[in-house]
Amino acid sequence: MNATLVALATIFSQLSLLAFGGGNTILPEMQRQVVEVHHWMPASEFSALFALAQAAPGPNMMIVTLVGWHVAGWAGMLVTSIAKFGPSSLVTIAVLHAWDRFKDRPWRRIAQKGLVPVTAGLVAASAVLIARASDPSWIAWAITGVCAALAFRTKIHPLWLLGAGSLIGLTGFGQ
Amino acid sequence: MKPAISPPASADPGTDAGLVTPTVRDLFLGFLGLGFTSFGGALPLARRTIVDQRRWLTASEFTDLLGLCQFLPGGNVINLSVALGMRFQGWRGALAGILGLIAGPSLVVIGLGVIYERTQSDPHIRHLFVGLAAAAAGLLISMALKIVLPLRREPPAAVVAALGFLAIAVLRTPLLPTMLVLTPIGIALAARAVRNQGDSR
Repeated sequence: MNATLVALATIFSQLSLLAFGGGNTILPEMQRQVVEVHHWMPASEFSALFALAQAAPGPNMMIVTLVGWHVAGWAGMLVTSIAKFGPSSLVTIAVLHAWDRFKDRPWRRIAQKGLVPVTAGLVAASAVLIARASDPSWIAWAITGVCAALAFRTKIHPLWLLGAGSLIGLTGFGQ
Repeated sequence: MKPAISPPASADPGTDAGLVTPTVRDLFLGFLGLGFTSFGGALPLARRTIVDQRRWLTASEFTDLLGLCQFLPGGNVINLSVALGMRFQGWRGALAGILGLIAGPSLVVIGLGVIYERTQSDPHIRHLFVGLAAAAAGLLISMALKIVLPLRREPPAAVVAALGFLAIAVLRTPLLPTMLVLTPIGIALAARAVRNQGDSR
């Protein structure tokens, strides 16, 4: 149990500091650690937890809380949340004071621009890994494809898509 | 579900000068409300709450602070809650901001987790989750497309993105070494692009 908490703390504090470009960039590493390295759950379950977290309100990284809770109960949730949100928050506080001095420097724009392709590759990897771990039925792929197209082309609220996907799933059609 | 979130801020006679300095309690409650009501990403609602409704920051101050929060590691709205709290009320404010933001969603998500674990053997619920997970995967794909497609016009950057994708999704390389290799390459390319612009070639 204690070893599990230490492992959670180590993994998520590292992820916290690597999450440039937001939470979705660290999803593949989280999945690798949770599924492949520590065998805490199968990939399909990780995708289900990701889906649950997407259906909940709030910042899009609530899967972190859910993974901690799923692996080690309330203690796991607490440790994981502190490890994930603590280090990046301390960095924010530390940099806040210097921000006014460096926000107009050219190197800041260069660094920000330089991170974009890295972020793009990581988010694309997230999308493929999560989609691949979902149910292999044709109807699930159809839901994924239609949701991706609608979210990409229209300004429809994501909650409608999640709701519609759930309802189609509930009918059991095609499964 | 929620027809009226709050009255429009335009009733307020104060102009841009009428900014409000939030107390620790305001920060906690403001971000608590934000956490509970923001579905599908908190950013659009964060702007409305902080700039239009509660008037903690002007629009340009918000954009500036958001620039910092997107530059640093971590979720941008999470960093924003910390930075805003710290700026107005120091450490206690920072803690109030982030705790307010994640308290509600944490409880909701754990509630959903409990329901999921209790009911996952029920075939109806299993079917529902297949649909939900498929839709969530679709949303993630569309987000990836929105970030990746603009790179078409910058082949070197596209190569960096492709290498990152290959390393993480196909080879399953750990994130730390991948970033240690790719980030300097990305930054060097960006620096070269800026220099070329400077030479107005």
